[in-house]
Amino acid sequence: MTVFIIRRLMQAALVVLVMSFLVFSGVFLVGDPTEILVADDADQAERAAIIESLGLDKPFHVQYLRFLTKAAQGNLGDSFVFNEPALPLILDRLPATMELAVAALLIAVVFGIPLGVIAGLKPEAAYSKVIMSGSILGFSLPTFWVGIMLILLFSVQLGWLPSTGRGDEITYVLGFPTSLLTLDGWSHVLLPAVNLALFKLSAVTRLSRAGTREVVHQDYVKFARAKGLTDQRVIFVHVLKNILIPVVTVLGLEFGGLVAFSVVTETIFAWPGIGKLLIDSIGLLDRPVIVAYLMIIVLLFVFLNLLVDICYSLLDPRVRLQDIKA
Amino acid sequence: MANSDVPTLEVRNLQTHFFTRAGVVKAVDDVSFAVRPGEILGLVGESGSGKTVTGFSILGLVDEPGRVVDGEMLYKGENLVNASDERMRQLRGNNIAMIFQDPMMTLNPVLRIDTQMIEAIQAHENVSRAEAWERSRAALQQVGIPAAEERLKSYPHQFSGGMRQRVAIAIALLNKPDLIVADEPTTALDVTIQGQILYEVQKLCEETGTAMIWITHDLSVVAGLADEICVMYAGRVVEHGSVDAVLDNPTHPYTHGLINSVPSRNKRGQPLSQIPGMTPSLLNLPPGCPFKTRCPRVGPDCEVTPEITHPVVGRDVRCHYPVPAGEDAARAGATASPEVTA
Repeated sequence: MTVFIIRRLMQAALVVLVMSFLVFSGVFLVGDPTEILVADDADQAERAAIIESLGLDKPFHVQYLRFLTKAAQGNLGDSFVFNEPALPLILDRLPATMELAVAALLIAVVFGIPLGVIAGLKPEAAYSKVIMSGSILGFSLPTFWVGIMLILLFSVQLGWLPSTGRGDEITYVLGFPTSLLTLDGWSHVLLPAVNLALFKLSAVTRLSRAGTREVVHQDYVKFARAKGLTDQRVIFVHVLKNILIPVVTVLGLEFGGLVAFSVVTETIFAWPGIGKLLIDSIGLLDRPVIVAYLMIIVLLFVFLNLLVDICYSLLDPRVRLQDIKA
Repeated sequence: MANSDVPTLEVRNLQTHFFTRAGVVKAVDDVSFAVRPGEILGLVGESGSGKTVTGFSILGLVDEPGRVVDGEMLYKGENLVNASDERMRQLRGNNIAMIFQDPMMTLNPVLRIDTQMIEAIQAHENVSRAEAWERSRAALQQVGIPAAEERLKSYPHQFSGGMRQRVAIAIALLNKPDLIVADEPTTALDVTIQGQILYEVQKLCEETGTAMIWITHDLSVVAGLADEICVMYAGRVVEHGSVDAVLDNPTHPYTHGLINSVPSRNKRGQPLSQIPGMTPSLLNLPPGCPFKTRCPRVGPDCEVTPEITHPVVGRDVRCHYPVPAGEDAARAGATASPEVTA
């Protein structure tokens, strides 16, 4: 286990290094931030001064090496726009996005697995067909459109739920701000979470259904029934534990996706998370923030992969962590 | 031992059909037999002859689109065909247990052995975990698994095939059932392991009076193990009698062919005889005897489905032209004297 984790961390470091190069050069090629940062009426001297102060006059490899040296010390550069270090800027907004992602993930798991199991146990039943058709809709309707429709229906027409923001009742748990502890907070998080969860919910439903259909025909399920176990015990213990393995894999990876690509949902619902910060930063070509954001996402994915592998070994006794190739 | 006149299980005219899109498959078509306490019944036939479906029918484990459509299955006089789902659940694993064919597939790979054994006890009795654990340990010891305490904490993949089948047998024995349906439990095992398990099963039936239905395609296993034999073909029992009588003196041409297909020392050097062709598809089976296309004794009457006759005392045969006793040149040493048993 320890060897596995150490080896995995070394691989992670390599991945992060390669990604830092790709991200840095990618952003370097995208455009020249001075066009946006320097005021139109600035003269040549002011312009040169600003460029020099930001370090943009140096060649690419010098800029990259300087970035690496600073990054190693935990400094991912200062935002051009906010004039503050980029890392705390992102970390300040990360809890809001995490909160949204966790809520979405919960919705996907709590509804997706039972729906999938139900549809898998009786694939010919009418309700199973309704569930599966619904999951196709969940897959194919664009997130932005669903978000707008949710706002139209629940905020504008019915007036049940707020359409934007995170609410004011934010409490701190272990130093992290969260709105999940108050009713008002939940009312704010519900719509964006449902919006973000819809795609994952469909994926979990379909995966659970496929897993269930495969597992119920296994001899060990029939043997469990031959032992005289109740249907509940057969489904909740014998079937469920076997279908969780693919579900956990996908959820682990998808959670990274939820955090990274909550951009659309955060924009629609004006959710003060990192997705919105990213969009703003791209608009302003705020290089340090973009790079820092992408680096955090890379770290998140690496960490989630590790977590999924550890979950495997807990769910399936045949998996030993030494055997998993990273 | 209980009154051995009352059968533990009596199956009468059982019909289990599968309603597929392509048509009705009569997997079990008018099957009757009985097993008494302490008795072992061998259910023999090729793949697809309906023997496994018969076993599943008894336990009420026939999956969709299959259904028991007719007949009676009397467990100590109680008709299982009419039993509620809950009643069947109570009987399964408690009074009637089943052992499956492939030991690599019957144990849930993600649950520990103790979990899988204890749940089988607690499904039927309100006992503490500790007591159920102790009974599981004893059951493992009974089937010859060393270091049972430690093995209980293992997962199925840490056992060999033979050991897994022992575990499955131990699970079947946990609640001391009156009837065990064993579906080819030794087919996937080495001959030496098979021998050990057969010996233990036989001992168990003698000692506890458990009745057993042993489903197999292996005549040599049945010869050494069973008291009675049912030969199945295309969903029907074609010959039924005591093991010694049927094997020494088969009257149905199919039984004949099966016995002659077994290699033996007496037939060394001669080409093995075989039954030509394959088992017919049970979907839209043509009328008449289903064996007619492969039968060496086929005649004009075979266009009509044969009824059960008794050409020899104590023998049920479904054939218009049964083989007369002793008319078997291929089997050296077969006795010509009529067998009166069963």
